[in-house]
Amino acid sequence: MSVLVFAEVSEGKFKKNALEVVSYGKKLAEQLGTQLTAFTINAETPSELASYGADKIVTITNGALTSFDAKAIAAVASQIAQKENTKVIIIDSSANGAYLAPIISGKLAAGFASNVVELPISMEPFVVKRKAFSNKAFQHTEISTDIKIIGLAKNAFGVFETVGKGQEEDFSPELTSTGLTSVSIQKASGKISIADAEIVVSGGRGLKGPENWGLIEDLAAVLNAATACSKPVSDLGWRPHNEHVGQTGKPVASNLYIAIGVSGAIQHVAGINASKVKVVINTDPEAPFFKVADYGIVGDAFEVVPKLIQKLQQFKSQNS
Amino acid sequence: MKILVCISHVPDTTSKINFTADNAAFDTNGVQYIINPYDEFVLAKAMHLKEELGASITVLNVGTAETEPSLRKAMAIGADDAIRINATPTDGFFVAQQIAEIARTNTYDLIFAGRESIDYNGGMVPGVLATLLDCNFINACVGLEIENTTATAQREIDGGSETLQAKFPLVIAGQKGLTEEKDLRIPNMRGIMMARKKPLAVLEPIATENKTGSKGFEKPEENAACKMVAADNIDGLIDLLHNEAKVI
Repeated sequence: MSVLVFAEVSEGKFKKNALEVVSYGKKLAEQLGTQLTAFTINAETPSELASYGADKIVTITNGALTSFDAKAIAAVASQIAQKENTKVIIIDSSANGAYLAPIISGKLAAGFASNVVELPISMEPFVVKRKAFSNKAFQHTEISTDIKIIGLAKNAFGVFETVGKGQEEDFSPELTSTGLTSVSIQKASGKISIADAEIVVSGGRGLKGPENWGLIEDLAAVLNAATACSKPVSDLGWRPHNEHVGQTGKPVASNLYIAIGVSGAIQHVAGINASKVKVVINTDPEAPFFKVADYGIVGDAFEVVPKLIQKLQQFKSQNS
Repeated sequence: MKILVCISHVPDTTSKINFTADNAAFDTNGVQYIINPYDEFVLAKAMHLKEELGASITVLNVGTAETEPSLRKAMAIGADDAIRINATPTDGFFVAQQIAEIARTNTYDLIFAGRESIDYNGGMVPGVLATLLDCNFINACVGLEIENTTATAQREIDGGSETLQAKFPLVIAGQKGLTEEKDLRIPNMRGIMMARKKPLAVLEPIATENKTGSKGFEKPEENAACKMVAADNIDGLIDLLHNEAKVI
């Protein structure tokens, strides 16, 4: 019996998501009295995972798996799960993780719960707490199959350093062509993605027009943050729709979320509620966003934000 | 081209989410239901393909009789016929198995579904379905072009997108971007009248074993009151973020 996690790399390096699933997997393995196996594909330094609790690190080096082929990786995961007699598989909630987990579930006929926010509530029966109703509630879900799959919500558990045995083992999976070809990858260079950002700065209609987005970008630059926007802003074409955050846009689970000129409609709040700390700057003291924010400033963005940028620059230069 | 569009019938995005007294079930009292927003994007894309290349569109839902208005609405938008699997959708795997059963007998070129439903947010039906059918699957699809029986699609990745190619049959889980918000379809009176005469088949589910089960719900804790900072006290805000919240 073992707990298995997939630790994904981006250009050979582990992302925070990967370290988070390893940290979670280790705690779960301890509770189950078993060990944690992590598998990783084309990683530069797989041994790093031992510092987050991996007892066994299954490393796969295969040029055919350079691009993320979810179906092929699901086949790899199934082979390792069988070999390791795995009872619980943990996958992160990145775009790739959300693509992968259901395929493994289908392949192994294993019950899957996505958006899980903490360690299981009970082991017998196996019940997990997951986000539902677009962050407006939590559901307790029992997984009753022999193999259980957990999709761990982003930034919900945290990354913990601990000691794992870190025994490394090479594995050559059997691969068959999936018929899905990756043609190209388009990534905005030099921009931090909303998914990866620790801090997200978001603008709403209160900014009055796309010409004023320099304020959001400058603030994001000082904080090393990603930029985002509300739904009306993307619908109006002020910003590209890949910046739209909210219930039907991108979910945000950052450490700090700063909303400027966003009123805080229920759909917007649902999408960003998983963020740990929320700061709201709005001219309207009655804006509903203040009810769910941690810190608020009632004021004109065009006066407050330039001052905030300036003060943050001073703060950064003193604290670096 | 034969297209199947799978839709969910979900509480309106503005709904207050409440549960029954024992927290065992969602409280449907006073809740308006809509077609799942993610599904609206795929339905509009299917319509676009139908107009451009010619296609038949079947719309499907796994649900009880209460979901029929959503199926009628989809037909009013332009789907040719509808199938309702008469069952309470207890878990995503169950739903995928029911759809797979239909897809095996009717063989579709393209199966569309929204990336996830906005109620249970499982995000698993399309992926499990594709795996049960052993066909290719594109998740979080934000762009799609069809040439003969080959699809070129974009999927959203963290910080960008990836372009992929695959042959039919194909399962596509879509979202905004696959269709723009302004291109979503609103049924007109003629469509609504025609939809009343379009066939809606009600089929009984196949027997399966549940893999997961709901054990109840809880609401998030109320947020502590927002700390207000004066607009001229930016230093105060920075101090709070640094020393209290420890996020900068």
